[in-house]
Amino acid sequence: MTATARKVEQRALRGAIRIEDAVKIYGDPESGVVAVDHCSLECPPGEITMVVGPSGCGKTTLLNAIAGFHSLTSGKIYLDGELLCGPGRPKADPGPERIVVFQNGALFPWKTNLDNVIFGPVMQGTMSASEARDKARVLMAEAGLSSIVHEYPGQVSSGMRRRVEIVRALMNDPKVLLLDEPYRALDALTKSVMHESLLQTCYRNRVTVFFITHDLEEAIFLGDQVAIMTSRPCRTKKILKVDLPHPRDHHTRTTKRFRELMDETMETVHEEAQKAFELGEREG
Amino acid sequence: MQTSRYGMQVELALYRLKAWLKSPSPYLMLLGFALMIGFWWLSVEVWKLPRFAGMPGPTVVLREWLSPNPEFGLSIYTPEYYIHILTSLQRVLIAFALATLIGVPLGLIIGWSQTAREYIFPVLEMLRPIPALAWVPLAILMFSSSEGPVIFVTFLPAFFATALNSMLGVHSIDENYFRAASCLGAKRWQVFRHIVVPGSLPYIFTGLQISIGLAWFSLVAGEMISGEYGLGYVIYTSYTMVSYPTIVIGMITLGIVGYVSSALIRLVGMMLMRWHSRELGLDGL
Amino acid sequence: MIATANMQPSARAGVRAVIAIAATVVFWEVTSRFGEWTGVAIPMMNVIPPPSRVLLAWYNLIGDVGYWQSWYLSFLRVLAGFGVAMLLGIPFGMLLALSRTFYQITFPPFEVLRPIPPLAWVPAAILFWPTQELSIAFITFLGAFYTIVINVVGGARSIDSRYVQSAYAMGASRWTLFRRVIFPATLPSIIVGAAVGMGITWEVVVAAEMISGGGSSMGQGAGSGTGGGLGFFIWNSYTGGSYEQIVVGMISIGIAGYISSSAIRILGNLVAPWLKAR
Repeated sequence: MTATARKVEQRALRGAIRIEDAVKIYGDPESGVVAVDHCSLECPPGEITMVVGPSGCGKTTLLNAIAGFHSLTSGKIYLDGELLCGPGRPKADPGPERIVVFQNGALFPWKTNLDNVIFGPVMQGTMSASEARDKARVLMAEAGLSSIVHEYPGQVSSGMRRRVEIVRALMNDPKVLLLDEPYRALDALTKSVMHESLLQTCYRNRVTVFFITHDLEEAIFLGDQVAIMTSRPCRTKKILKVDLPHPRDHHTRTTKRFRELMDETMETVHEEAQKAFELGEREG
Repeated sequence: MQTSRYGMQVELALYRLKAWLKSPSPYLMLLGFALMIGFWWLSVEVWKLPRFAGMPGPTVVLREWLSPNPEFGLSIYTPEYYIHILTSLQRVLIAFALATLIGVPLGLIIGWSQTAREYIFPVLEMLRPIPALAWVPLAILMFSSSEGPVIFVTFLPAFFATALNSMLGVHSIDENYFRAASCLGAKRWQVFRHIVVPGSLPYIFTGLQISIGLAWFSLVAGEMISGEYGLGYVIYTSYTMVSYPTIVIGMITLGIVGYVSSALIRLVGMMLMRWHSRELGLDGL
Repeated sequence: MIATANMQPSARAGVRAVIAIAATVVFWEVTSRFGEWTGVAIPMMNVIPPPSRVLLAWYNLIGDVGYWQSWYLSFLRVLAGFGVAMLLGIPFGMLLALSRTFYQITFPPFEVLRPIPPLAWVPAAILFWPTQELSIAFITFLGAFYTIVINVVGGARSIDSRYVQSAYAMGASRWTLFRRVIFPATLPSIIVGAAVGMGITWEVVVAAEMISGGGSSMGQGAGSGTGGGLGFFIWNSYTGGSYEQIVVGMISIGIAGYISSSAIRILGNLVAPWLKAR
């Protein structure tokens, strides 16, 4: 085994997330809004876990708790066996081992794409600026982004912005990549190309991925496991192991196995969507 | 890569200029000015309408302004003209510089830190409703020099506007930028330098444009009440000395200088915020 | 955002505000009186009368008719100038936004005149208007007029064209479109313009009162019953040597300005209740 391959293998063993009985209530414990109600979920290391559910059901709350943006009312979250947040420590600290890619993108508009990508290591002091730039150029080239290195985020398409943001995250060698419906605003054609690009990147890096989406097809295509959540309050309803072979491409969507997986989960998802519709959910 | 982009921008600007010239816009604009000046001329010098008769007409003003030997002592040829302009300009610049140097950091801090805001903002809000010029007598007592009160009174509204807008600038920054920065391991002061400051720049510059306008506003009043030299002083004394055309010269000069100073700030802002290029782009000053 | 039933944060903010203001007042009192107590005068602060004496002077003024008359006169001028500015400014601004031709003809001269500070118009106004009150009203009007027009134009222009298109699609006439879509959509900007314009109006009124009633010879001998108002009150207190009254006047104007702005805000909320839901 080569050194790189060994490193990749090692990476595949870290970033395990364990959510145990998470509860999040906004406001008064008695009368507040229950966003998450005793939700448990396990995300195996090095794998892509897709979290599917209707809008506003509380999936983002879970992501925010893992990232350390919000606290949990009760329950525990473990990262590689260590307690991230739990009793006595309701809120984790955000950090570079769990990096978020946001729904509407959070590339700093006043920095060039390159400066955005090197932001993490330079701020943490793990690399000098010139070292970071070299590594960034390599990673961006791998992602096909060499041409926009010196452009500002506002000057490139949203698809490219997402890719830059993912590279920015991966520069820091995170254990977990948290994606909050990053492709929601993209058109279907761009989306399918982005999917393939993401899979290649993940395969190369074996980072653990926690990916929120409302699109079941996207979930089955990308995921190693799909967790279907109930409408608010959020609870894990069903877990589906996706045994489609790697590498996957757009042909995979038309295979028989893909359709079977869709059929298995479609009813469940639709049920929850119906409930959310009746309750008039507002987007989180 | 950079040069071709500038080249493209110049081409685009020229294209827009040509398109503008072909449209009715420039001619309607001329019509507007013609109507304005025409009305002025007709009402004062031709028809001599009752209220208007005592006022100086455009030809009188223009003649005076451009004459090497002005009847009332002020034209583009007299050195006093420029002394007055420079005096006013100097006062505004000092007041504006102080307002910016104190107002921007203060505004950013109270925008960023909830604690700072809860302590400092109420005090500012108590002081802000007091009109700048109401401070004049107190300022005269406080400052022994003659420049002090004028600069202070000019400084005040500019400071409040700058501080307020800087604070709003911080609040306008999408929370996700802060979250992303903390994910990426940035410490507090790094967040301030890399997120808060650049993110607030658009609002800061809007504030600066507003505050230079306010500065000129207060300066003129301050000079009228207590000052020697300066454009406000010119306008006020021209009235008492019955040199009416000079009043208008003073007003027009004020207008020009005020506009230019505002435009300069906008220019600096555009240069610093190149990333905003799509919005600010090539729109005229 | 997250709704918190937890009252602690806002209560804490209130407490801190009180602490900050109290600290400022104490600081003021101490630095102002320092010279009296220790013989060492603090440079600028020692000329400012301490809050304790200001309060005393204010207490004495409460029974003084002239003081309240100043309030009345200033408010009158503010309302007059502001009222006319709104009456003329809103339609003017709307017209600018709605008619491209009108905009192209009228806006350039408007923009050219705008950088001239309203107070620079004082001599011209005095020459033109028969009475001093009218000249002050004119200057006041100018100050608020510019602000209101700019805000109205900005607001009317930024109306989402989809509102207009859907109204037309539903068969609206031009008048209905204006009354039901354009005017309500511009209301927020009108309110903002009014609030800012109100602030400027106070600035101008105070300045005009100081200039014409007091600080210069410009006001003498023109019109009847002129002068007065809170600006004049301040200047008069200065020339008369009652420095505590200067501060009383300043604070009075501050309060008056605050009342006016709050009134605008409350009116705004009444007229455009949907804004609160944002």
